[in-house]
Amino acid sequence: MCLAVPGKVLSLDGDKGIVEIGNIKREVFMHLISDVSVNEYVLVHAGCAIEKVDEEEAKITMDIFKELIENEVC
Amino acid sequence: MKFVDEFRNNEYSRKLVEKLNNISKEKINIMEVCGTHTMSIFRYGIRDVLPPNVNLISGPGCPICVTPQSYIDTTLTLSDKEDVIIATFGDMMKVPGKKSSLSKKKSEGADIRIVYSPMDCLEMAVQNPSKKVILLSVGFETTAPMTAVTAMEAKKRNITNLFFFTAHKIVPPVMKALVKDKDLKIDGFLLPGHVSAIIGTKPFEFLSKDYNISGVVTGFEPLDILQGLITLVSLISKKDYKIENEYKRIVKADGNSKAEIYLNKAFNIVDSSWRGIGRIHKSGLEFNNEYEDFDALKHFKINYEEYDGSPGCKCGEILKGKIKPTDCKLFKKLCTPENPVGSCMVSSEGTCAAYYRYYKDIT
Amino acid sequence: MSDTITLSHGSGGIQTNKLINELFFKYFNNPILDMMNDSAQIDIDFKKLAFTTDSFVVNPIFFCGGNIGKLAVCGTVNDLAVSGAKPLYLTSAFIIEEGFSIKKLEEIVKSMAEEANKAGVKIVAGDTKVVEKGNVDGIFINTSGIGSIYENVNINCANAKAGDVVIINGTLGDHGMTIMCERNELGFEGDLKSDCACLNSLVDVMLEAYEGIHVIRDATRGGVAAVLNEISEFSNVTIALEENNLPLKEEVKGAAEMLGLDPLYVANEGKICVFVEEDYAEKVLNSMRKHPLGSEAAIIGKVTEELGNKVYLNTVVGGKRLVDMPSGIQLPRIC
Repeated sequence: MCLAVPGKVLSLDGDKGIVEIGNIKREVFMHLISDVSVNEYVLVHAGCAIEKVDEEEAKITMDIFKELIENEVC
Repeated sequence: MKFVDEFRNNEYSRKLVEKLNNISKEKINIMEVCGTHTMSIFRYGIRDVLPPNVNLISGPGCPICVTPQSYIDTTLTLSDKEDVIIATFGDMMKVPGKKSSLSKKKSEGADIRIVYSPMDCLEMAVQNPSKKVILLSVGFETTAPMTAVTAMEAKKRNITNLFFFTAHKIVPPVMKALVKDKDLKIDGFLLPGHVSAIIGTKPFEFLSKDYNISGVVTGFEPLDILQGLITLVSLISKKDYKIENEYKRIVKADGNSKAEIYLNKAFNIVDSSWRGIGRIHKSGLEFNNEYEDFDALKHFKINYEEYDGSPGCKCGEILKGKIKPTDCKLFKKLCTPENPVGSCMVSSEGTCAAYYRYYKDIT
Repeated sequence: MSDTITLSHGSGGIQTNKLINELFFKYFNNPILDMMNDSAQIDIDFKKLAFTTDSFVVNPIFFCGGNIGKLAVCGTVNDLAVSGAKPLYLTSAFIIEEGFSIKKLEEIVKSMAEEANKAGVKIVAGDTKVVEKGNVDGIFINTSGIGSIYENVNINCANAKAGDVVIINGTLGDHGMTIMCERNELGFEGDLKSDCACLNSLVDVMLEAYEGIHVIRDATRGGVAAVLNEISEFSNVTIALEENNLPLKEEVKGAAEMLGLDPLYVANEGKICVFVEEDYAEKVLNSMRKHPLGSEAAIIGKVTEELGNKVYLNTVVGGKRLVDMPSGIQLPRIC
């Protein structure tokens, strides 16, 4: 019950925004998000943003995966 | 696609599979609760790469599957009414009621429209002032806030021809019912990532504190699921009972406070019936007094009496993870996606449908 | 002429003739049609004939990348082409709803003429019926077509063999995704466009590099999944696809992710799947890539040595999942 995709905020207008997901743009409702800016990423479920993507945490996660490969190489 | 493609990386996923297969040889049962996890696991063939000692069970996290058949039949009754537009997510269209389905009703001329977002119903209502738009609002905590927001927007804009037939349910209570079931032996849970995005990780802490069961909040991309499994299998093998979050880029411990405010503003928590499982205390959401005028049952004066579903169907046992679809006598013989008996087969994320679509005959 | 189609336009009298002469013949003109016989009388030199028919009921009637008329020509031309035939002549029958806009009808007919011209086929017979309002969804079109089968060409659905490489000429799911988004008014904006096209010139290029080609089939309703399952069944082979190699437009990928759809099951109208012996695969791939309708051609899988007939996908994780025959239409989901 949780199909949601991250998308980039292209513009904001009150409680709405235009979000881009894989080159598709759609109006998305931002009522559930506090403090979002253009160029940030939000998670979109059924036309509504349900959370912001924490890019720092995403990077930490990817770094952990990268380390796995690097350790193998070493 | 950013934050999607990198979490489907081939090289990393093969490395994670290797890691997963080298943690423990102990036989363990893991339940994944969210239907979207069921779909992802099948979509990426993750069952194929699990270590043989890990038994992955699909749980009741498919809101269509756990909605009683009486709900479906009532939507069909509503669709027969004059001047009514039924707005629904695509998931509901083919679910069989006793005699028909939304899909069949549509082919017979009922005005049934698929929407991508509940908010699209606002414009639908405005553009069809002589009609009554009824949104079939099913889903867990991921979706319920949007129903609340839509109702509030409708109130703000004085839209009086939009109604909701709600069947929202909440996840922690059904998990409590599962862990209390002595027949069920679950060593750990893959916790629903997007439900957790709304409610946080704290509502799941009872699992580790009161029942010595670990849980890992997990995302839906293949790397997320593999990492979630790695952490969970590690916790179980060390008998380290805790709730961990492996979806930190989305989920915070306290969840989304704004979403919780909307939920509390519009809904009361009530007892609710889960198809195949039974009535669970404080596991559903209903509009409160302030928003009850949006309730379709109240507006159309429908005396809603609940009944469960199809006899002979083992969906209940399957939803609780007690048996697999392949253990059901009807599976693939009488019950198929073309002719579903129970909702686990009809909903695309239902366990039986997933098994049928992705798993049959693959060895 | 009036602005809209009326029942008189289908009654066989003055209005029908006016419609035929002023609209259909304006665009479909050729010596055979101009003779206005009850049937087209054609001289063809052939050893074996391919003969097909298809009906088109698409909604919306106009969509990004085409319309029902373009589909009607391309669909039938493609069915002939993938049978190893040179498409020659089409018929075209229209069932039109009373009140349909004549301007829209003209646009449809004009596209049909353009596509027919591109494909080198002539529309030599036709029919027009008009039905009362509500009895048809705007307009339905049937096209039938004949072509002469090339000698020494055998690209049958039952010819796939173990070791064959599976090639597709471009990205998956463009048409179906475009239609779904436009039909359901999902509010998606992007470069979603139907891939509707006549593929006979591409097939000709491939038949010139023919050696090693066992099967050519177009992927339409039910997507690539449907056509591969058909080939798997008729040839009694197992086909393994590689998830990493499936070509997808970003727009289709984005829409598919948002709607919970699998592009393998989404309709195409300008895609062919080719089964080639491994030794000849690169040659065929290169010749496809030189053609405008094959510039994004890619190898997406192969026929394995496994017994039985099934289609599966090797996933990014290294697992396998079944890609079975689609059941019913795919619908957007939020779960």
